[in-house]
Amino acid sequence: MSAVTSASDHHDLATGPDGQVLERPRWRDSKRYAWLLGLIVPLLPFISWGLVELTGLGVFWFYGPVLIFGVFPLLDLVAGLDASNPPDSVIKWLEQDRYYRWCTYLFLPLQYAGLIFACWMWSHGGLSVLESLGLALTVAMVAGVAINTAHELGHKRASSERWLSRVALAQTGYGHFFIEHNRGHHVRVATPEDPASARMGESFYAFWPRTVSGSLRSAWELERVRLERMGRGPWTIRNDALSAWAMTLVLYAVLALVFGPIVLPYLLIQAVVGFSLLEVVNYLEHYGLRRGRREDGRYERTAPEHSWNSNNVASNVLLYHLQRHSDHHANPLRRYQALRHFDEAPQLPTGYAGMILAAVFPPVWRRVMDHRVVEHYRGDLDLANISPRARARVLARYPAPETAMPAPAGEGLTGSA
Amino acid sequence: MGRWRCPACGYVYDEQQGHPHEGFPPGTPFSEVPEEWHCPDCGVRDKVDFEPVP
Repeated sequence: MSAVTSASDHHDLATGPDGQVLERPRWRDSKRYAWLLGLIVPLLPFISWGLVELTGLGVFWFYGPVLIFGVFPLLDLVAGLDASNPPDSVIKWLEQDRYYRWCTYLFLPLQYAGLIFACWMWSHGGLSVLESLGLALTVAMVAGVAINTAHELGHKRASSERWLSRVALAQTGYGHFFIEHNRGHHVRVATPEDPASARMGESFYAFWPRTVSGSLRSAWELERVRLERMGRGPWTIRNDALSAWAMTLVLYAVLALVFGPIVLPYLLIQAVVGFSLLEVVNYLEHYGLRRGRREDGRYERTAPEHSWNSNNVASNVLLYHLQRHSDHHANPLRRYQALRHFDEAPQLPTGYAGMILAAVFPPVWRRVMDHRVVEHYRGDLDLANISPRARARVLARYPAPETAMPAPAGEGLTGSA
Repeated sequence: MGRWRCPACGYVYDEQQGHPHEGFPPGTPFSEVPEEWHCPDCGVRDKVDFEPVP
């Protein structure tokens, strides 16, 4: 056997997480190189600058929100759907392939290079206030999508990836997210107790203060209880929420010291708009869906029917398969490249990018989504998660049918996850 | 000392090691872990769902 052959033989084997030897599958991942496109987002501040330089038009500082709210919804419509799943036999191979991890790790240096570049532009770039605001909104798009990257990293067992998750969150001051999301949201998802699960009849503007304050309180409470078990009070640097917020304070303080206090209002704007981008995604992921109670009083296990999903390619590549949300809730540690589509999971009419647009216009949202919740529960809204304040209005609009509605297409709930 | 596995993600609570970050020092028996405790890795399953590892 020649050295060349043995080298390639070696390349076709890998060691799985449990130490077993995995053989390279014949299956090819059609999205493999598409994941690199996700790195366009952290480059947005530089792309905006390039477009401004090229055209001489300051309006291009607003390129970030234009891309996310204008171009991506259209891309979803043009690029269409991809419901293909990796075969079960290659999932382990896919998950051990470090290439996919590097696609997410590389987001971080680009994210912070963009932030530093923006601070320099705000302080020394000679921009008008409006142009600076445009750049802040562009940076906010990076910051918001960075929470999605942090989400992917924060669900992993490796402490290095969890640490990277906290770094990615520092830009928005949302470091408590990786505590509340993993130990709060995933436990209480699609129940009235979860601040991050939207209720039917609740507009995004009613959801926003409830999720922002509720998630904050939840993270604090989770840490307080954890530290109490260790015989400590909450006011310690061992409090993961406090240490994460300290990271943000240090980051902002250093940026203000280096570039001047002029950067502070823009840092604040990009943080609030950035975490609001995360919250609008939270809003649409579980809207109106509710887990039933079992006889022993516990909620039924989270099943594919408890998350809204989408197979729109453009948003899926942008958000590391976050839209395959049912599989994520069934298998939160599964890496993004291995997440699967479920036929029985409720589907959104378009990708997250378009649904975000609908969410910011509540009448449009209600028109698009409320009848889908009704159809999902075959007319029986007693099963839905309805906002207490909107309950009378919602039930008057969608009275229970005399006879059961037919099951929506693709519905055959067996909880196959 | 026993070991208990989360049926969703495979996390194992090993009584010998405990889970210091969660507030359970090494040697904490699984019976002393609060009933409302959830799997610290996936959050999908509760303590009562954990299965003993033979």
